[in-house]
Amino acid sequence: MLGKLTLDAVPFHDPIIMVALGVTGLAGLALAAWITRAGRWTWLWKEWLTSVDHKNIGIMYVILAVVMLLRGFSDALMMRLQQAMATAGAAGYLPPDHYDQIFTAHGVIMIFFVAMPFIVGLMNLVVPLQIGARDVAFPMLNNLSFWLTAAGAALINISLGVGEFAKTGWLAFPPLSGLQYSPGVGVDYYIWSLQISGVGTTLAGVNMIATILQMRAPGMTMFRMPIFAWTSLCSNMLIVAAFPVLAATLAMLTVDRYLGFHFFTNDAGGNAMMYINLIWIWGHPEVYILILPVFGVFSEIISTFSTKRLFGYTALVWATVCITVLSFIVWLHHFFTMGSGANVNAFFGITTMLISIPTGVKVFNWLFTMYRGRVRLETPVMWTIGFIITFVIGGMTGVLLAVPGANFVLHNSLFLVAHFHNVIIGGVLFGCFAGFVYWFPKATGIKLDEKWGKRSFWCWLGGFYLAFMPLYALGFLGMTRRMNHSDNPLWTPYLYVALLGVLVIMAGIACQAIQLWVSIRDREKNRDLTGDPWGGRTLEWAIASPAPFYNFAETPHVRDIDAYWDMKEQGLSPKTHDFRPIHMPSNTATGVVVGAISTVLGFALVWHIWWLAAVSLLGIIVTPIIHSFTASDGYEVSPETIEAFEREHAARLRQAQRSPAELVGA
Amino acid sequence: MSAHAMNAQAHASHSAREAHHDAGPTTALGFWIYLMSDCILFAALFAAYAVLSPATANGPTGAELFDLSFVLAETFLLLLSSVTFGFGMLAAVGQDRPRAMRWFIATFLLGAGFLAMELYEFNHLIQMGAAPGTSAFLSAFFTLVGTHGLHVAFGMIWLATMMAHVMKDGLTDTNLTRLNCLSMFWHFLDIIWIGVFTIVYLMGAL
Repeated sequence: MLGKLTLDAVPFHDPIIMVALGVTGLAGLALAAWITRAGRWTWLWKEWLTSVDHKNIGIMYVILAVVMLLRGFSDALMMRLQQAMATAGAAGYLPPDHYDQIFTAHGVIMIFFVAMPFIVGLMNLVVPLQIGARDVAFPMLNNLSFWLTAAGAALINISLGVGEFAKTGWLAFPPLSGLQYSPGVGVDYYIWSLQISGVGTTLAGVNMIATILQMRAPGMTMFRMPIFAWTSLCSNMLIVAAFPVLAATLAMLTVDRYLGFHFFTNDAGGNAMMYINLIWIWGHPEVYILILPVFGVFSEIISTFSTKRLFGYTALVWATVCITVLSFIVWLHHFFTMGSGANVNAFFGITTMLISIPTGVKVFNWLFTMYRGRVRLETPVMWTIGFIITFVIGGMTGVLLAVPGANFVLHNSLFLVAHFHNVIIGGVLFGCFAGFVYWFPKATGIKLDEKWGKRSFWCWLGGFYLAFMPLYALGFLGMTRRMNHSDNPLWTPYLYVALLGVLVIMAGIACQAIQLWVSIRDREKNRDLTGDPWGGRTLEWAIASPAPFYNFAETPHVRDIDAYWDMKEQGLSPKTHDFRPIHMPSNTATGVVVGAISTVLGFALVWHIWWLAAVSLLGIIVTPIIHSFTASDGYEVSPETIEAFEREHAARLRQAQRSPAELVGA
Repeated sequence: MSAHAMNAQAHASHSAREAHHDAGPTTALGFWIYLMSDCILFAALFAAYAVLSPATANGPTGAELFDLSFVLAETFLLLLSSVTFGFGMLAAVGQDRPRAMRWFIATFLLGAGFLAMELYEFNHLIQMGAAPGTSAFLSAFFTLVGTHGLHVAFGMIWLATMMAHVMKDGLTDTNLTRLNCLSMFWHFLDIIWIGVFTIVYLMGAL
């Protein structure tokens, strides 16, 4: 009836997990109680969970990312603590069995459920606004994509309390992840959470490409698109091209584990190295899926806050396209030690080093944009400058790792761990934070507190260097990654410094929490009345903050890359009357329902509860069919409603006493 | 929002209300992009098959297992179903509902015939002791061919749904857009099958 599931699956014996569950449970209960007391359940359901508005979905993605960041960071803290305690022969406080789950969960969560939703959320929120669109191409599909991602995240969180998570490392290499060496449910949780969220990501990619190609405002040619829209387009092309490979690879591992197939087993002709090739054919483009959009974020920020047009827009676009293509021919550098021979290794070493050229082009784009600009050192710029410096260091250690000879020494060492955290924290995460501060007013109508923002930046930056520079040294000293305990007194001081670093990062996260709290508490003071708090250059700043649900009262006409800057220079004032009705899509529960059933399906498959799996699979097929028969055709927003919104915005603009000319600083 | 005054004049021919987004061409383009992602999924499966096809682990090889004339019949069922779907789409675009429905039913039956033959073949192979767990080669074979079969089954569910839609609402714009996507999907599966037929069966039987 319940497959492999028994009460023994709940780790009552493990105090760390039980405390974590208790705290999470209490937090959940408190949240539910708060919503109940505020009488907000209906509002939550109607305005958010079933919303097809790209802005709401973007915000939900970012909330998911932030919540999962807290869990992923807790894992990081526990690992650093363990390695610092379990040095010089001590055992530490985490048994290997638990420690292995933690480093796997940390990697999986940070990539799939922090970085990805954060990036997808920013793209969702911003890209349609930047290209002057009403919404994305397929609003209902957008909602579904989000809920599939959330379903994956839910499964990985359930694994904490029911059963276990994989102990294989974040890419679950076979034969370790095969049934023979991982007979438990951990790898199954891994498989289904990634498979379900991966479908969501692929659909989101399809949606965003169609949006960018089809729904740009009149006059916005490809080479007048904001740079963030360009990098998003390339990133989503990578998603559509790479994620199916992940799906196929995971499916092969699934049938190996569930049906006794022999793709990656040691016997009957299976080939484990094929898994490692396939997973990295997805995995390497994946890092560019994450980094390309934040290159766009930094470009927008550096241009806005330097009060200057982006230097070398065309070069930056082509550099992005080059990286998009090159990202597919470097995957083998993740396993030079496989033994494919000197020529193959040399080929992939060279293609890898080639990527540093277009990336270097971008660094010069940003530097020359700042050169002779009037750079305002506000929080988004701090993150950007911190990124440029940190990312260049990470890039150089990457080029070092691309040398096959050096790689044989550094492979699987903490040097590698330091390298990819250097580019992912210093690149992707700083970029997400920069974008968060930059677009927060557009999403909510409130500017975030500068003081706490800067404190958080300095803690993150300092904490990052303290935590990861010692890891480079430890790599040279021979410390391999994923060690539960060690016995080399030489390593001890470095591990202590790394622990200190992660504590400083924790202070940075605390500052961000305080920043949010303070900014919302003082929201009247922090309100963005103009819709254009930073002197923006692209279309998202042309409308009120928070953006009205219909985005643009009338589709804008674009003449320039910096479309809104151009409008401000022309001195155009917002229109307040004579609007036409707008057709909007209706909200739908289909996405939430399919997401919820997908969670059940994943859970049933993990625990071999076959009847439940069959029922939920049927539900997943039938729900969209029912939707296709019953979906509403949308509704019409009357010109009067639009006029009321737009007049209010115009009044607020007057209240802020800024005319378009003043906004340009003319 | 600012430059709208001049915008309104520049687009005088624009319809009375602001453009609706979920329009046919966008849906078709989106579906194309999805098909390309599906194509890459199959590419990964083909690659896995190419790597593992020599790994027969002392089990039976393709040359011993495949019955080319049987697969040829199966192939013609699927190819013919693409032809009937094409006629169905012509009738649908011509707003001839009864005729379109007849072609769609023919397509459905041909698809069902293809699927039945495939299931028969799978069953036959397993009975002969050539199960997916026998060797890596057979794992890759069953996965590649089976994934195509699952796609066909999904296409048939979709086709049945679309016939219900057409009976209910007729050949509306929405339904024509959906049918257009389905027909792309169906022809796409044909192309994938040509790959399967060539790489798995023809090259395997050599």
